[in-house]
Amino acid sequence: MSELASPAPDIVPAPERAASVIVDDVTKVFNQGRSDEVLALSGVSLTVGGGEFVSLIGPSGCGKSTLLRLIADLIEPTTGTVTVAGRPAGQARRDQEYGIAFQQAGLFEWRTVRRNVELPLELRGVSKAERRARAEEMLELVGLADFAGHYPGQLSGGMQQRVAIARALAVQPPLLLMDEPFGALDEMTRERLQSELLGICAKTGTSTVFVTHSISEAVFLSGRVVVMSARPGRITASIEVELPSRDEAGRQAPAYFEKITEVRQALRS
Amino acid sequence: MRRILPPVVVGVLALLLWELFVTLGRVAPFILPAPSAIGAQIVEQRRNIVEAALASGANALVGLIGGTLVAVLAALAASRFLVLGEVSIPFAAVLNALPIIALAPILNNMFESTSSVPRRLVTGIVVFFPVFLNLLRGLREVDPVHQELMRTYAASGWTFARKVRLPGALPHLFTGLRQASSLAVIAAVVAEYFGGLQDGLGARITSAAAFTAYPRAWAFVAGACLLGLTFYLATLLLERLAMPWKRRFTS
Repeated sequence: MSELASPAPDIVPAPERAASVIVDDVTKVFNQGRSDEVLALSGVSLTVGGGEFVSLIGPSGCGKSTLLRLIADLIEPTTGTVTVAGRPAGQARRDQEYGIAFQQAGLFEWRTVRRNVELPLELRGVSKAERRARAEEMLELVGLADFAGHYPGQLSGGMQQRVAIARALAVQPPLLLMDEPFGALDEMTRERLQSELLGICAKTGTSTVFVTHSISEAVFLSGRVVVMSARPGRITASIEVELPSRDEAGRQAPAYFEKITEVRQALRS
Repeated sequence: MRRILPPVVVGVLALLLWELFVTLGRVAPFILPAPSAIGAQIVEQRRNIVEAALASGANALVGLIGGTLVAVLAALAASRFLVLGEVSIPFAAVLNALPIIALAPILNNMFESTSSVPRRLVTGIVVFFPVFLNLLRGLREVDPVHQELMRTYAASGWTFARKVRLPGALPHLFTGLRQASSLAVIAAVVAEYFGGLQDGLGARITSAAAFTAYPRAWAFVAGACLLGLTFYLATLLLERLAMPWKRRFTS
């Protein structure tokens, strides 16, 4: 796929599978030419392989959310190119090549849980019966099958976030983009959802780009933690994470703590 | 029961006080008739009251529906095309400041005296503003997360308006409608004071007052009061039906 449309032939995709995301030497300037001009990202390059889980971590203002929004084509790069699933980011967005979840669940309060999950399918013109079946399946996946008929206002914050994840997965996208999706949740709910997310990604083979400012969250979830620094936003380190297992035992493994220390040091330098 | 009882008790007490005040204070009936006298007139005139209320109610309803439809379309257009919205708000504010009822005599002269159109037009114009302004505010207040989500779904402007803006603005629409429903009845009744077809509550009130039959005039005023209340309650009911997510959430 990538050799068809990729404008960046000099970037080598991950060896096993075709790259899911290629960010090539991207710069993003907000309010260009005005007195409040901000260089948000400078010379950022990043490749996410198929099925890979990559976290972006860094202090506030380091441009990690900006980078995610560039991949999602919610904003456009000032210079450089973004390729998603082998095509320009704009085309990939129109083809719904990715699902996205934000810090706020952003559910539509006038739709039931099921119809919230159905919305992206509805906009794709999927038939009613198939929509319903797929929504039920996704709600099953996040453990909310019994709440399909509820309205979002009747659910807790953690449950709403799970619905948002189910909605992001509904189109079965090859790529999942998440912007601090668990940021507003309590620690217990957060850890449970982290495990659920890993299970879902493993089951569906989805590539994930996950923005967070929690070091432990990044290490626990990711195959690779990308560390960013602010002013201007750029990538300062890329740390591969190998854990013996991604469960309770994994959270107590020495390798886990070593990686946490390594990321912390990378953030400081 | 606990929510209904206190206002009923207060209401009955107020009527009793009113009755005592008028009879003991020997207040002339042209200043303030006793509730018993008004009550007697309500009973005597019940046919006429119902008939006149139906005529005024029909005018108010037609005006309310027509004005709301135009307001919804205008608000959708104004929210869709930014320039239109910028231009329309000051215009709407200026027009809203006009005493629209004052248009009634002019409109009455534009149509035949047997036509119901002038009263309905006045009502429609009165209804337009609260609905338009409230709905437009609602249509513009879109959650930024919803906006970004719809962009990731590559949704067109029209789909966005239909699936997100409009349902999201329903609470605002009903805020406008609640104001408009009472205004519609007032406009439909008062428009008759300025001529035109004389078959509604407004005409009955002026003619009773002209004949110094004050208790009868008050009886028709009570009819107008009930009509306004009916419209208001119907709007509240519609609001609950249209937004089931609010009802289940708050109950």
